[in-house]
Amino acid sequence: MIKFSEIKKSFLVSLWFMFLTFPIMVIRVNPIEKTVQWRWRNMMIIGIGSFLLSFVWRFMLERKESGQKKADVFGIHKISFIQRILQEPKIYIPLLIVTGVFAIVFPFIFSAYQTNIMITALMYVMLGLGLNIVVGLAGLLDLGYVAFYAVGAYSYALLNYHFGLGFWTVLPIGAVLGVIFGILLGFPVLRLRGDYLAIVTLGFGEIIRLILENWNEFSFGPSGIANIPRPGFFGIEFSLQSATNYIYYMMIGLTLFTIFVVNRLQNSRIGRAWMALREDEVACQAMGIDKTKTKLTAFALGATWAGMVGVIFAAKTTFINPASFTFLESAMILSIVVIGGMGSIIGVVIGALILILLPEYLRAFSDYRMMLFGAILVIMMVFRPQGIISNVRRTYKFQGKQQ
Amino acid sequence: MEPILDVKKLTMDFGGLRAMDHLDLDVMEKEIVALIGPNGAGKTTFFNCITGIYTPTKGDILISPPGKTRERINGLKPNHITEKGMARTFQNIRLFPNMSVLENVMIGRHCRLNSGVIGAVVKGKSTIREEKAVVEDSYKILEKIGLAEYVNETAKNLPYGAQRRLEIARAMATEPFLILLDEPAAGMNPQETRELEELIKKIRDVEGLSVLLIEHDMKIVMSLSDRIFVMDYGKKIAQGTPDEIKNNPVVIKAYLGEEVDA
Ligand SMILES: Nc1ncnc2c1ncn2[C@@H]1O[C@H](COP(=O)(O)OP(=O)(O)OP(=O)(O)O)[C@@H](O)[C@H]1O
Ligand SMILES: [Mg+2]
Repeated sequence: MIKFSEIKKSFLVSLWFMFLTFPIMVIRVNPIEKTVQWRWRNMMIIGIGSFLLSFVWRFMLERKESGQKKADVFGIHKISFIQRILQEPKIYIPLLIVTGVFAIVFPFIFSAYQTNIMITALMYVMLGLGLNIVVGLAGLLDLGYVAFYAVGAYSYALLNYHFGLGFWTVLPIGAVLGVIFGILLGFPVLRLRGDYLAIVTLGFGEIIRLILENWNEFSFGPSGIANIPRPGFFGIEFSLQSATNYIYYMMIGLTLFTIFVVNRLQNSRIGRAWMALREDEVACQAMGIDKTKTKLTAFALGATWAGMVGVIFAAKTTFINPASFTFLESAMILSIVVIGGMGSIIGVVIGALILILLPEYLRAFSDYRMMLFGAILVIMMVFRPQGIISNVRRTYKFQGKQQ
Repeated sequence: MEPILDVKKLTMDFGGLRAMDHLDLDVMEKEIVALIGPNGAGKTTFFNCITGIYTPTKGDILISPPGKTRERINGLKPNHITEKGMARTFQNIRLFPNMSVLENVMIGRHCRLNSGVIGAVVKGKSTIREEKAVVEDSYKILEKIGLAEYVNETAKNLPYGAQRRLEIARAMATEPFLILLDEPAAGMNPQETRELEELIKKIRDVEGLSVLLIEHDMKIVMSLSDRIFVMDYGKKIAQGTPDEIKNNPVVIKAYLGEEVDA
């Protein structure tokens, strides 16, 4: 398995890296004392590090390729370890119960700080599931998803500021506004796909942000809107601690609701139409599916969740400004969908939890966060392009017949 | 009797290129009609025009589905034409590769179902009934086409011949009165070709559909067709029964080239 040529290649890579990083990592000129410091130790670390990384990389690539060959030869499709677990009731039912109990007692065993992080993670679960409809199911690469999130957040902030509307009134309004903006974006991009669609949606996201930033009379510009009330419960005011707990449980409920709805949609006539659209647009139309309608429902139903989470975001942070709705946010949500597994609900849930929680608990590495993030994305795309959990097609049983 | 598909003087220009030139073609009820011609003659272009993928430059496409009135379908969107009862397969297979075989057929049923977004989420009685029916109907179609053993297989993992049959199954699921097959035997081995021939016969005799067939395999064309239309350079050069076509010097010339004088 381990071939000499592989070692040689990795060795060359490490030499190349040592050479490239030589000027910055090894030589240090002290202009005051006019001395040059040679830090050979750094060179050694880089050499060994890049050698190992390159070697592991090659090893994994080879393993992946040989695995694929095996699967091709025997005509078996690999079902990953995780999927097998998820299909075995003896395993997934206890797992579900444990997760459920853990979710319920979470605020009691952890601090309010931790609970807040969890709320954020759950918000991203919802956002991920929403974007999953557009990107994962319908195959429409939307890089401006954050726009709908902003629409939701500002609708609560402004409706509350001007008309004193409460959280629970605005939550459905946010969802409806999400639908409306989804359709507004959907119409002009009906004819586009792939890269072109991505660029236009990216532009749309930026336009919304720029409007919010510059239209002072409407949105109070970059200074944002403060003192947005937290969600109430039949007029009861909470202390900060119990408000956090309240939002937490509300988020658990809303997340479950989202999973329920998205799951139903996915396994319906509409969901199948989305997937057909993703797979082949021409064949999809030739099979009698209205492309326009299908695309618009995908945009609209995807944006609904962003609109709702936007309202929650405004209520949770009590302050919003356009800086919260940059392209980076769209990229984050998209990464959740891609890393979790396009079209897979559990995948997206796990993806969101990993991508939001890990950085919080790895504060020590916060300087390298973006780098790690990029590295994870690249590694995923090479070794597991289908995401952590790939979307498994539902199987049907027919009594008295084969299979 | 009125033809169920009646195409008159259909013309299609791509910029300066006339890919189809005043083409007339008609299909009667329960008839198998073949459309043949050398590569690049414009056969696929013809399919694309009558299924709404291209909008023809000139001409009329008229359909009279059994039991319905005659209408002109130029410029309709592909999905509306499928709804009206014309379904097709593609020369280069266009399945939904990552969906299961059954789901591919279920997509074909789409335009005959009604449940919308609210129905999907609420999942009331009618939706449940509809979903159950679509699974069963799709399975029945797979049985008819001989693909039942693959129900839960991912479409892209199917053998080549089975993929071509799945395209036919998917088209059948839309409940067409006329099915358009674009080179269904391409790339099939002799065994698969024979099975396909049986299947096409069955589609007409048992299911009672009309078939319009583009095919290069002359054995199939000659044994199946009631009538044959021959195209070359976008024009119709001949039309008639298999025997008439076999002995038509113009056709032989088109296929064998100018030099060989038949
Ligand atoms: N979208 C298009 N744009 C420009 N030219 C096209 C287009 N589609 C087809 N053509 C041209 O029209 C002509 C007819 O093509 P068509 O695909 O209909 O031939 P065909 O009879 O189906 O051939 P084959 O037997 O090889 O499938 C060709 O010259 C082709 O290059
Ligand atoms: Mg062709």
